[in-house]
Amino acid sequence: MADLSTIIHNIKLKNPVLTASGTFGYGVEFDDFFDINLLGGFIVKGTTIHPRQGNAYPRMAETSSGMLNAVGLQNAGAQYFATEIYPKLTKYETNVLVNVSGSTIEEYVACAEIINDLDRISGIELNISCPNVKEGGMAFGTSCPSAAAVVSAVRKVYKKTMVVKLSPNVTDIAEIAKAAEGAGADSLSLINTILGMAINAETRKPVLSTITGGLSGPAVKPIALRMVWQVSQAVKIPIIGLGGIMNATDAIEFFLAGASAIQVGTANFIDPLATVKIINGIDNYLNRHKISAISDLIGCLHL
Amino acid sequence: MKKSVQNLKVIANVKLNNDHHLLQLHTPDQLENIVPGQFANILADQSQSIFLRRPFSIHAVDYQKNIISILIKEVGEGTRSLSHTPVNSSLNVIFPLGNGFSLPSSSEKVLLVGGGCGVAPLLHLAQVLSKDFNDIYILLGARSAVDLVELNQYAIYGKVFTTTEDGSHGEKGFVTEHSIFGVKLDSFSRIYCCGPEPMMKAVASKAKANSVSCEVSLENTMACGFGVCLCCVTETLQGHKCVCTDGPVFNINQLKWQI
Repeated sequence: MADLSTIIHNIKLKNPVLTASGTFGYGVEFDDFFDINLLGGFIVKGTTIHPRQGNAYPRMAETSSGMLNAVGLQNAGAQYFATEIYPKLTKYETNVLVNVSGSTIEEYVACAEIINDLDRISGIELNISCPNVKEGGMAFGTSCPSAAAVVSAVRKVYKKTMVVKLSPNVTDIAEIAKAAEGAGADSLSLINTILGMAINAETRKPVLSTITGGLSGPAVKPIALRMVWQVSQAVKIPIIGLGGIMNATDAIEFFLAGASAIQVGTANFIDPLATVKIINGIDNYLNRHKISAISDLIGCLHL
Repeated sequence: MKKSVQNLKVIANVKLNNDHHLLQLHTPDQLENIVPGQFANILADQSQSIFLRRPFSIHAVDYQKNIISILIKEVGEGTRSLSHTPVNSSLNVIFPLGNGFSLPSSSEKVLLVGGGCGVAPLLHLAQVLSKDFNDIYILLGARSAVDLVELNQYAIYGKVFTTTEDGSHGEKGFVTEHSIFGVKLDSFSRIYCCGPEPMMKAVASKAKANSVSCEVSLENTMACGFGVCLCCVTETLQGHKCVCTDGPVFNINQLKWQI
């Protein structure tokens, strides 16, 4: 067994496999399938200060090697999370992070303050990249000044590890990454979904109620890898890579590109056991290559 | 029964007509209580256009032989691929998923209404209802006689009535035009319905007008099937609810249907 442990700022992960927000519910949905304490950690659904009903149905379109979604941050609000859901999560020994989103800086701050009081939450993932809400979300993550403004505002109230989730829907992701790092981010996760669209040729209508949505799955992996690579050259803080990871080989590619940990997202929908298979597969890869620790692989792309 | 991911062996694959196949899937484990109306999410061979699982109602359950049956209608590439799964190969299945129909506590006179491929969960429902000596009426509608599959199976459990759009079997017309709706509908204590949404809305409207309890099974497009993608929501009086976990069966009074 190789040493799979990795560190994201103050969070020690026993292995580098996390789950992407919005693809793993609150963890409890997977209890029937496997012991989720096997994960390095999991990131719960995007949480906002006010409850959100999300977008109208249809919210999903299957596309070539991927899917579009337009859920729109449906959640019951930060207070509900703290009083009703959080107590159910304290049974888990592994790391739990909360994805925090908002429409204004004040909303991000208020939400982060509530999460800050929850002892068993290891950190937050600040979502400045949701493509499926009208205000806020991605709007914050697509310009350097607005990204820096929201990150530094939340930094003032959130004391533990703050990961900032970046949007791929930008001209130069390295610039946004540097702005987030400069404003106090402890780590960066990338990529969120890529803005896309599906059309039904027969009905001549868009498939999604919102017309556009976020693309995920293997279709986005080459873009995600490229962006992780670019950001790893631009910042010093650890990177969490995600985007279309379906198996251990995909995960290894992200470590080579510079990610210190990875998130499994859309793969959870297709195979609820994908994460455990990926953890075992990473271990097999390290053993096969006689590498004793995952840390010896991070950023070790041969050029 | 607790939900799980299993590789189930295809022990039979019967072509029922031009586009319907009946698959029998065997598990080495003892099947536990599967509620009628629950579904299975099945992985087809991945291709450029097949990425996600395909959900199917559990059509019948044999607890002695540990077999679940799935009725598949070919509508696209995913269902085409699954329809042609060879016997003795295996399929990766997540099941049982969803809530299922609510069952009467004592024997009642019930009406099951199915249209198109929506007939699938009603066989399992009739199977379970018949054990409790319910008086079961089953009304099945299709385009043409050839599209009505397995009528003899339904007839084991209840009185079967049919409609076809071309009049080739049973009464001519849509299922909601059947004479059973002409008589006093309130002689039934419950109506269970599954099929295309316009048909379910028409049945729901008749049930509501006669103050008969009515449950419908929805089939919104979904990515996961177990409540994490939040893509399959339907509007209810309590806000957006997932068809996969809060449903697929809903009482019509919960839904925001204009009926």
